[in-house]
Amino acid sequence: MSILGTRVVRTEDPVFLTRGATYTDDLTDERLTGALHLTLVRSPLAHAEITSIDTSAALESPGVVAVVTGADLDIAPALLFPGANKAMTRQFLASDRVRFVGEPVAAVLTEEFYQGEDAAELVDVEYEPLTAVIDPLEAVRDETLLFPEAGTNTAAAYGHGTEPDPSWFDGCEAVVTQDIVNQRLAAAPLETRAASAFWEGDRVTIYLSNQNAQGGRDEIAGWLGLDKDKVRVVLPDVGGGFGAKIGSDPEFALVAWLARRQGRPVRWNESRSENMTGMVQGRAQRQTVTIGGTREGRVTHYRLDVVQDLGAYPRLGTALPVFTRMMAPGTYDIENVESRARAVVTNTTSVAAYRGAGRPEATAAIERAMDLFAAEIGKDPAEVRRLNVVAPDKFPFQTKGGAEYDSGEYAKALDLALTEAGYERLRAEQKARRERGDVRQLGIGVSSYVEITGGGAYAENASVEVHDDGSVTVLTGTSPHGQGHATAWAMLASDQLGVPLEKVTVKHGDTDLVPQGGGTMGSRSLQTGGVAVHQASAELIDLAKQRAADLLEASVDDLELDPANAAITVKGVPGAKSVTLAELAAAEPLKVDTTWDGEKPTFPFGAHVCVVEVDTESGKVTVERIVAVDDAGPILNPLLCEGQRHGGIAQGIAQALLEEVLFDEEGQPLTGTFADYGIPSAAELPSFDLVEMTTPTPINPMGYKGIGEAGTIGSTPATQSAVIDALSHLGITHIDMPLTPLRVWEAIHSAAEGSK
Amino acid sequence: MIPLAFDYARPDTLDDAIALLAEKGEDASVLAGGHSLIPVMKVRLGAPEFLIDIGRLPELSYIRLDEAAGEVAIGAGTKHRDVVNSELLAAEVPLLPAVARTVGDPQIRARGTLGGTLAHADPAADLPAAVLALDGTVVLQGPRGKRSVPIGEFYTGVFTSVREPDELIVEIRIPRCGDRGWAYEKFTRRSNDWGIVGVAVSGDRIGLVNMGSTALRATATEQALAEGRPIAEAAALAAEGTEPPSDTHGTPEYRTHLVQVLTRRALETAHGQR
Amino acid sequence: MKVEITVNGEATSADVEPRQLLAHYVRDTVGLKATNIGCDTTSCGACTVLLDGEAVKSCTVLSVQADQQSVTTMEGLDGAADGRPEHPVTAAFHAEHGLQCGFCTPGMVMSAVSLINHDDELDERKVREGLEGNLCRCTGYHNIVRAVLVAAGKDPDAAQQAEAESDALRTAPGFSRGEGA
Repeated sequence: MSILGTRVVRTEDPVFLTRGATYTDDLTDERLTGALHLTLVRSPLAHAEITSIDTSAALESPGVVAVVTGADLDIAPALLFPGANKAMTRQFLASDRVRFVGEPVAAVLTEEFYQGEDAAELVDVEYEPLTAVIDPLEAVRDETLLFPEAGTNTAAAYGHGTEPDPSWFDGCEAVVTQDIVNQRLAAAPLETRAASAFWEGDRVTIYLSNQNAQGGRDEIAGWLGLDKDKVRVVLPDVGGGFGAKIGSDPEFALVAWLARRQGRPVRWNESRSENMTGMVQGRAQRQTVTIGGTREGRVTHYRLDVVQDLGAYPRLGTALPVFTRMMAPGTYDIENVESRARAVVTNTTSVAAYRGAGRPEATAAIERAMDLFAAEIGKDPAEVRRLNVVAPDKFPFQTKGGAEYDSGEYAKALDLALTEAGYERLRAEQKARRERGDVRQLGIGVSSYVEITGGGAYAENASVEVHDDGSVTVLTGTSPHGQGHATAWAMLASDQLGVPLEKVTVKHGDTDLVPQGGGTMGSRSLQTGGVAVHQASAELIDLAKQRAADLLEASVDDLELDPANAAITVKGVPGAKSVTLAELAAAEPLKVDTTWDGEKPTFPFGAHVCVVEVDTESGKVTVERIVAVDDAGPILNPLLCEGQRHGGIAQGIAQALLEEVLFDEEGQPLTGTFADYGIPSAAELPSFDLVEMTTPTPINPMGYKGIGEAGTIGSTPATQSAVIDALSHLGITHIDMPLTPLRVWEAIHSAAEGSK
Repeated sequence: MIPLAFDYARPDTLDDAIALLAEKGEDASVLAGGHSLIPVMKVRLGAPEFLIDIGRLPELSYIRLDEAAGEVAIGAGTKHRDVVNSELLAAEVPLLPAVARTVGDPQIRARGTLGGTLAHADPAADLPAAVLALDGTVVLQGPRGKRSVPIGEFYTGVFTSVREPDELIVEIRIPRCGDRGWAYEKFTRRSNDWGIVGVAVSGDRIGLVNMGSTALRATATEQALAEGRPIAEAAALAAEGTEPPSDTHGTPEYRTHLVQVLTRRALETAHGQR
Repeated sequence: MKVEITVNGEATSADVEPRQLLAHYVRDTVGLKATNIGCDTTSCGACTVLLDGEAVKSCTVLSVQADQQSVTTMEGLDGAADGRPEHPVTAAFHAEHGLQCGFCTPGMVMSAVSLINHDDELDERKVREGLEGNLCRCTGYHNIVRAVLVAAGKDPDAAQQAEAESDALRTAPGFSRGEGA
């Protein structure tokens, strides 16, 4: 029986549960001995000219070896996202202007970690404050420019070639429009950013907490003007990423540069307070949806307008609207779809990917629109969805958003979720509570979603080698930060090679071992890197058969793998001669390097139902239940897959109810610590109710799609919708996320005022 | 993040601690559980030059019944966890362990002390309002000896009280509650957050959390109850005389509304126990 | 200042600054790196260790406060020295997939050890509330809660069922329970 599809517990866990994982700050590499500790002096203002920096007092502080400012640097300011307005570059240490609270302005190097903060406080920076632009809708107006030389705050615009036609919705019987905030979130991996670097001759080794060693290497090499082969990036264990550890940060290059300047290794590990302003954040879209169709419930027109807040320096956030636009119509077969997006800079922390990266924003918009449309025509929101989803016989389905959906059964997923939740009974309970006028009202939220995984980077490499002791080494260009690749990739190799799991070692995240790779992001790993491991293992068996043919005096076609013994043997001949893979490897290295290219992304889908209770006196929301149908094709390891779904669902509920990065009008962070930023604990969440459904993709031979972000994409709109649904009898049709008690009460309060 | 450097001493006796505090004056801070002080020092909003650690003084860790006075006496160094788990307190002043159970999280309750949270004088803290509802007394000791201050006269503002810099809280005394009903309604986003608003009720005394610069009593509500008015009517007066703060979790209007809802709920629970 | 602290049963001592946090004593002075630091505000619990048997956040305890006391970290649990998660809590985290990136894990495990020590009648709600001082960003807590129930000798499926049935809204069982719902 194949090991694939079974609940194999993680092979990485025994270390994680005994001496603990080894994160960047835990490294005891002797080449880091005597490392200097980097502490960054960060801007306390969101927008200001730097008029002077006096480092003299800091230099006198105990343990200080150097204080470096922008004037000392020979790294040219860099455009951190290639597609953005070319004038929007960032200095590695700001020397003329700061554009967000937390931007580094000086680097303090000390012998001891504890000395750094003391000295950093003594660096005296004089600022001339400038007007800060915090609201992206204000930034659009270009009244105050962050980059005067750019002449605009717009870093990129999409679909703005034509103006919206005001008569577009004229044929619709019902039309609803709504402004929506998809609020800014902090990825908040439990491990903050960290880097350490040492030089050996003209070559630098940099340890990073990151999702993609190879991409990080390329960026750092580019910024420092080094050949790629002069930079080695190594990722130790990584304490969560969620998209915010994609790509290199300027601080990482600075660590390498400082190590060269000082001729000593340098270590850097930021505090959480630094992380909450310095690390890229996610979402941050202002949307306007307009939806139109027939009174029977058929949606015929959908328009989405997006203003993407990029923060101060354009990064991956610049690309989020591309995915949002592509996924705009969601699971629905809508004849007329159009979207426009504008990405603007503001005096806030830069925006990049956060779990879902552009797709949750698309889903939240269309799902809100569907609810609003259903309310407008007086129909059940689940029924309106069922009426509009793409029919199963239409796949592959070319959407008006520009995507080609590979496979899906959207109505089936929806019905599974509704049945599991007991939708009819819940509606009856809701009705009874309304009739009684209960304080605690019931809300039921339904979402239907489809998302794109492996978008943009369809190919991935793998190398599989059998050693003469029978052990196997797998090299992969994907890069785990909690997902369990070491277990999953070993299962794939073990399945093909007949080698027991414990003999398979998976290596990754070292650019010397694996020079090329796309890392782990966009839920791409399994459908790219995983399939590559499967393919490499299969190719290795083909190679082994060729080598064994002479030894066994048989033709290749007559040979097969004996999986019980990891040996090549003659088909159908009991007791026939055989040769083990290990024996073959002893004669000649037995290794395959391969690249799998799916050439296309895949489109996982599902449906979530969320049930909430809303205390209508206080505005407090309690999540009673969440039912999740998530279909990402066949499941390699249900344990790992469920873990991904659980984590995604929690982050989705968190966006809907709790989390939001806030700045005041001057750009000062109001949620700069974990005491202020609302990450849920176990006490705020229920257990999750998962329902299985399996629709393979034709894109790869295993049928695998991605699962990393699905939970977040489905649960967010279901939860938001549930709260609004609980209050719909009060005339409430929309409340922006997060649906905090304050915001829910304010909606109830103004509905009551309005009805007086 | 780490605190600025300081000197540290852990005296062996209460008398030594008081003498040291007198000697060091305003440059010193008293460290008990440290779960208010150390966080403030880590973010460098506070930087005392000297810490006097009283967290392990056995003289300050006790829970006793003083039958003669009709009070329970609690050593200021008693940890929240010990308050939560005390059978004596559960029997005599049940509101107090119930409120202590809502402070922070298990790890914080394992370190934080009753005296420490009362001395810190944070209007968003739970226990000052509970002690207020319980009509407790704070016993202070300094070089001039001991004095007792009713909790209602203890606080002067945000993070300030009548405690002199050379005085320590050594004991908290609370009258036995008999069969008075009680309840605590704490409203948070997350279970271990500070209360957006809290309402502690013991009989017809009501202490409010985070409704002004100090823990407050809902005097108008108490008055209305004394006049025999119904709970709903009395609770509607709970915000009278308060000055609720504004932050990302709540506007003054919201807190004004919440405190009425929570007061009504707490009173209904408390009266239901009679 | 000189401190003497027993760490995982071994006597340790060092001359430390009074401001040194116990988390740094464990990590840097003693060199045990399992215990992590995830925030500045006593919020996340990644630094949780046992101090004289009680779970505390070692980022908010000074090393000097722990002088003459005893600290237990995840490295001190059964089997840890041999790289085998054999303590009931670590074994259950392994079996139930109660960890992903692993950063919160050492603190979460120590909180769970303390929780189980203090309450032999745990149910799902008590476990969730008992872990309120520890943040995990990966697992959504579902499998952590299961792991703690297992470690406490409870049947996690039955416990989740009981929690579900305590609420009439949950019309179907359907929790993910091993074989998939």
